[in-house]
Amino acid sequence: MSDLITADLVDLDLPTGDRREVVRSLAERLVKAGRVTDLDQFLADIEAREAQMPTGLDGGIGIPHCRSAAVTEPTLGFGRSAAGVDFGAEDGTPADLVFLIAAPEGGGSDHMTVLAALARRLVRKSFTGELRSVTDPAAAAGFIAKEVSA
Amino acid sequence: MKIVAVTACPTGIAHTYMAAEALEAAAEEAGHEIVVETQGSAGSTPLTAEQLAEADAAIFAADVEVRDKERFAHLPQVSVGVKKAISGGDLLIAQAEEAAKNHVPAAAGAPAATPAGAKAPTGPGAASKVRAWLMTGVSHVIPFVAAGGLLIALGFALAGYQINLPDDSPLYKQILSGSFDIGSVTAWGALAFGVGSAAFSFLVPVLSGYIAYAMADRPALVPGFVGGAIAVTTHAGFLGGLISGFIAGGLVMWIKTWRVPRALAGIMPVLVIPLLSTAVVGLLMFVVIGRPIALITEGLTSWLNGLSGANALLLGVLLGLMMCFDMGGPVNKAAYTFAVAGLSTGSGGALTIMAAVMAAGMVPPLAMALATVVRKSLFSEVERENGRAAWLLGASFISEGAIPFAAADPFRVIPSIMVGGAVTGALSMTLGATLRAPHGGVFVVPLMGNPLGFLVAVVVGTLVACALVVALKTFARRRPAQAGTTTTETVTERETVSA
Repeated sequence: MSDLITADLVDLDLPTGDRREVVRSLAERLVKAGRVTDLDQFLADIEAREAQMPTGLDGGIGIPHCRSAAVTEPTLGFGRSAAGVDFGAEDGTPADLVFLIAAPEGGGSDHMTVLAALARRLVRKSFTGELRSVTDPAAAAGFIAKEVSA
Repeated sequence: MKIVAVTACPTGIAHTYMAAEALEAAAEEAGHEIVVETQGSAGSTPLTAEQLAEADAAIFAADVEVRDKERFAHLPQVSVGVKKAISGGDLLIAQAEEAAKNHVPAAAGAPAATPAGAKAPTGPGAASKVRAWLMTGVSHVIPFVAAGGLLIALGFALAGYQINLPDDSPLYKQILSGSFDIGSVTAWGALAFGVGSAAFSFLVPVLSGYIAYAMADRPALVPGFVGGAIAVTTHAGFLGGLISGFIAGGLVMWIKTWRVPRALAGIMPVLVIPLLSTAVVGLLMFVVIGRPIALITEGLTSWLNGLSGANALLLGVLLGLMMCFDMGGPVNKAAYTFAVAGLSTGSGGALTIMAAVMAAGMVPPLAMALATVVRKSLFSEVERENGRAAWLLGASFISEGAIPFAAADPFRVIPSIMVGGAVTGALSMTLGATLRAPHGGVFVVPLMGNPLGFLVAVVVGTLVACALVVALKTFARRRPAQAGTTTTETVTERETVSA
């Protein structure tokens, strides 16, 4: 099993745009890395999850996520947006940190442990704080990989 | 104190674990021990019998049904949506402390299985639950209001108000039952109106159905929808739909607590519950609620007829109050029918009454649309979107545009718009605006006598209603804020919408 995230899956300067455009641009990185096989299917699954309940969290964090048949292994795409992206958070703050979490449809539970570890980190201020200040994609990917394997 | 908790979310990959982390951190902060069972996709380690036995309280932060909930029957419980744990873990821990303090152990032999959430131990919990149920209904109804209302407005714009004169066979039905003339603007207007009306006929059933669904899940959809449809048949309006939704949801919640033989358990959700609950809701809606509503409508109509000679200003106030009470329900209908019936007499008095009734009926959507603009923060995202459509609906005298707002928060919204409607009704009567058309909103302003007076009446009433709504909603928000629950309450709303 490969790492949850690599430098290719990090975009520290997301294009300005609405939620769908930003998610698409991150998802394209997942496709390029061979972790998503069908972009449209994946985006539709993400959108279905958003429709259930917006994934924006207070404090400027968006966590679009889904389980999808188009995903080959648990993967995280991470992006930072200078302009902010509205993920419908309760506090109304646009997200400057976007975590695109992709889980395979029928993944066994060991597969998912890494995502559970990631989710737990997302509520820690120290984790998001570090990702707001990190300056290059490789460092961001390295930091996340180290955190979730700890 | 020792706390056990379960977290669960629909996808099972993110919120479940975030909530667990937040709860653990908050419990540690408050000096309590907590064990969280994460019912997510990474598998969960079940709580041990020992942990369950030693616990003082249980917290459920879940948007899906908690598995094996009966394990917690002996504990005081706090149930919320999963996001509430993420944003307000400390508050939840405090609620659990409170629940543990007030908990009276159930007597032996008491029924162990109570409906989900029925044990919510604190007052605000119950109130925000009701709000969450309402919001589920409202969020599903808004697209129907917007699509239907805008099509109806388009119908009026294309074909004029004559498209739906109040008689047995309105023009649009005649046109639509003939062959469709592509070259005729009126035919297109009739089409838009017909389609819009069809969408509107779902309004009350959808509201009722999804309130019931939020309360008791899929088995409650049938009694909820059917009860709402009966509210339409019996002209009980959206308030009737609210009632049928709550009856249906409550009934199914209760039936779910029955202990049934194993053989029957499998067919309970698909057959027994829908059948039984629908029969009961239907009976209640037709016999217990429908009949009195018909009597009320009759009574109001004859009472209004008796008032014909009354002071114009007073009559304007009264009609305004009635128009804005239930937006398409029995009271509104009584006032509207009274006005339309007068039109056939053609007397000057009748024409001022028609103008006042239409002016007042335009106030609710306009006032709510204005309120969503001046105080965005008081409204949810879906409400703000509905606010955009409500401008046109109000301008077209489609009072139903305000139903989503009124259904979501009846005790603050309805009084406000009633006062606004009363001001408008009185002003329109006093300024002597007259109108011969029974419908059309701004599209028929050119046909009016003293159109300026009419518009002034509408604008002033709208401002009054908007100011009141904003004031009442602000006041209501501020109080819970002091108790520290404002944000969490709104969180619950969103969640149940997704449930």
